[in-house]
Amino acid sequence: MPEYQDVIIAGFGGQGVMIIGNLLAQAGLEQGFEVSFIPVYGAEMRGGTANCTVVLDTRPIGSPIVREPLSTIVLNEPSLTKFQPCLDKKGVQIVNASLIDKSLVSREVNSVYIPANDIAHRLGNVRLASMVALGAWLQATDALPLKAVQEALNRVVSAHYAKLIPVNSSALEAGWNFA
Amino acid sequence: MSETDRVLIKGNEAVAFGAVDAGCRCYFGYPITPQNEVPELLSSLIPENGGAFVQAESEVGAINMLLGAGACGVAAMTSSSSCGISLMQEGISYMAGSHIPGVIINMSRGGPGLGDIGPSQGDYFQAVKGGGHGDHRNLVLAPSLAQECYDFMFRAFALAFAWQNPVMILGDAIVAQIKEPVRRVPPAGAHKPKDMSDLARDWRIEGFGGRGQNAVPRLLKSVYLAEGALAERNRLLLQKYTDMRREALFDSEYTDDAELVVVAFGSIARIARSAVRRLRDEGRKVGLFRPVSLYPFPEEALRLCATGRRFLVIEQNTGQMVEDVRLALNGVSSVLWHGVMPGLFIGAGELIDPILQAVKEKS
Amino acid sequence: MSRTDKCLRPQNDEKLVFDVNSVLNERVTHYCPGCHHGIAHRLVSEVLHELGVADKTILVASVGCAAFTYDYFNVDSVEAPHGRACAVATGVRRARPDTVVFTYQGDGDMAAIGIGESLHAANRGEKITAVFINNTVYGMTGGQMAPTTLLGQKTTTSKQGRSLSNEGGPIRLAEIMAQLQGVAYSARYALDSVKHVREAKKAVRGAFDAQIAGLGFSFVELLSGCPTNWNLDPVAANKRIANDMIPVFPLGVFKDVADE
Repeated sequence: MPEYQDVIIAGFGGQGVMIIGNLLAQAGLEQGFEVSFIPVYGAEMRGGTANCTVVLDTRPIGSPIVREPLSTIVLNEPSLTKFQPCLDKKGVQIVNASLIDKSLVSREVNSVYIPANDIAHRLGNVRLASMVALGAWLQATDALPLKAVQEALNRVVSAHYAKLIPVNSSALEAGWNFA
Repeated sequence: MSETDRVLIKGNEAVAFGAVDAGCRCYFGYPITPQNEVPELLSSLIPENGGAFVQAESEVGAINMLLGAGACGVAAMTSSSSCGISLMQEGISYMAGSHIPGVIINMSRGGPGLGDIGPSQGDYFQAVKGGGHGDHRNLVLAPSLAQECYDFMFRAFALAFAWQNPVMILGDAIVAQIKEPVRRVPPAGAHKPKDMSDLARDWRIEGFGGRGQNAVPRLLKSVYLAEGALAERNRLLLQKYTDMRREALFDSEYTDDAELVVVAFGSIARIARSAVRRLRDEGRKVGLFRPVSLYPFPEEALRLCATGRRFLVIEQNTGQMVEDVRLALNGVSSVLWHGVMPGLFIGAGELIDPILQAVKEKS
Repeated sequence: MSRTDKCLRPQNDEKLVFDVNSVLNERVTHYCPGCHHGIAHRLVSEVLHELGVADKTILVASVGCAAFTYDYFNVDSVEAPHGRACAVATGVRRARPDTVVFTYQGDGDMAAIGIGESLHAANRGEKITAVFINNTVYGMTGGQMAPTTLLGQKTTTSKQGRSLSNEGGPIRLAEIMAQLQGVAYSARYALDSVKHVREAKKAVRGAFDAQIAGLGFSFVELLSGCPTNWNLDPVAANKRIANDMIPVFPLGVFKDVADE
């Protein structure tokens, strides 16, 4: 596992950007990392792109804001357009193939092109797409063990939705296996 | 302590937990972004702890409710953001003039006017120069981590009661909205809530019967019309502000052998810290000085590390704290300035060039 | 608690036939001759005395002629910024639910700059009592127009007389208060005659009774004379209250939940 990892997660509002950001930060915390999660509200309108930044570090975190991320998870086209040019040269991006045309993905960038919505649909709920993408990110970055993130679902998912934990866990695994 | 003792919460939520754990019994406030998690959480935490939560009709109402509760010697607070804090200035001035304690949170926004809800340090002058009319000062603490949002609440209430003065926590959208691991444990040396009511015993209003049937009624006020009375009052306040200097707090990193010291506070200080560490890794002799209390300003500590060093003030406004740094150094060292415009989210990368340029610049 | 003015105590053969109560001290007030603040102070102090609650009472002073009310009442007090007395009183009563809290405010303080704080404290049903002195002018600053100034009334800032089209009409606060759910008691009386003063005393008592019973916000408006700024002698000022003010500001109890 790397000593330092950061990620910008971006998509439409409602795609689960904030949920997987929180989950990742919680799992990092439980694995003994210093973590920060920050939602960034730009000038985007409601229903437009939402994004958050998560930093995992073995040292106390300085800047929680990252402008040249080591990785991104982009769930829709506007997010790819916005963040692909900023990605660190050694970085990796998880691209939602279900909603993003392959022609837009730069060949100079290390990418995992994963049909997250289609995989989620096969699992029974398209809203699991962000979990699928996070699973792929875990495989691609080796930032945290899959098990740790699956376990952290118990803290992040409220008691009211506890029955959805197993299917979210499967979605993470499906993404992991794809990548 | 195991990792499960740390909870992942927002800076705003840390403020709320810190407040109740530090003994806050009353909250008065009016909704405004980006601080809404503070009242939302306190609306259940305060009543659960036997206190009073009131959503006021305005920030004007809220600050005056705080004045009333503070006059009773009860630990009380309000929270708001820039424009709301402007509306509170009259009440803050009255509290300072009447020696009434209270804690005010400003999770500031960009300005002027309605501005935006992005990061900004544009309220520095307003916070540290009093902000309201007349000669008054607030004690001001600037957190840069969610953990500090929790810890500083203890210090804020302790200072408010020790000095019978308004205390402001000056944060911004970053520290308000960031989620970080927070240990919900009172910081070492934190006072107990009971200490505060003991401190208030000699001056609080309560109904004179509480002090015996022949007790002299008490009055808390700021008006002094008799000849010479206001001058006397201001002399007393001046003495208080002079004595307050011992509460100055700061943080520093790599200043011992630094040729250039970056001075930054709040969220910008932690972003600057990343930049300074990156440059240290490249062998550059740069350091960081972070004022933790903005009033009193840690001028003594800054002077002590001044000789032979140059300074670069980085702040997210059009130039405010740089004036206090220059006053503190009084020509002993050269002071450069780099402003980040309010509303921008910047990373450490954006600070590398300005710091390198300052390193190269001949004084 | 100054009983400094010894000349006011009975001398030699003089017999004491009237005395102030222990809630009001004997300091000579700063009010003008013929001003009704003195009567209003006495009524409030008598009620606190009768109820035996002065030792747990907190007065929230306002800004205007009544700014120094605390100089005359033997109770713990705190000063509020102009218009904010009901907000300060909210903070006091919420912080110390075991106290009796009252504000004493003029028409500029309560019905102009502070109407927001006043109506919202009332609407929340804060367990405080507001004593509202309506004399249709700003007294302390020199007779400027108040929100209660009568139509046609000339003041230093309405030299042609207040007009409905330019300044709006006089605000009837007691009636407005009575509409709010949080209000337990709202009444208006006048201080121009012995009969009215006696009624006013009952209203002040009714207001404090409502607070002490924990019924909600209580409000009592007292129509008062300001001979100085009305350019009238005290007797003519009393006549103005009867002839000009009462027709616009009717007397009575507009709400009393204890009675419902």
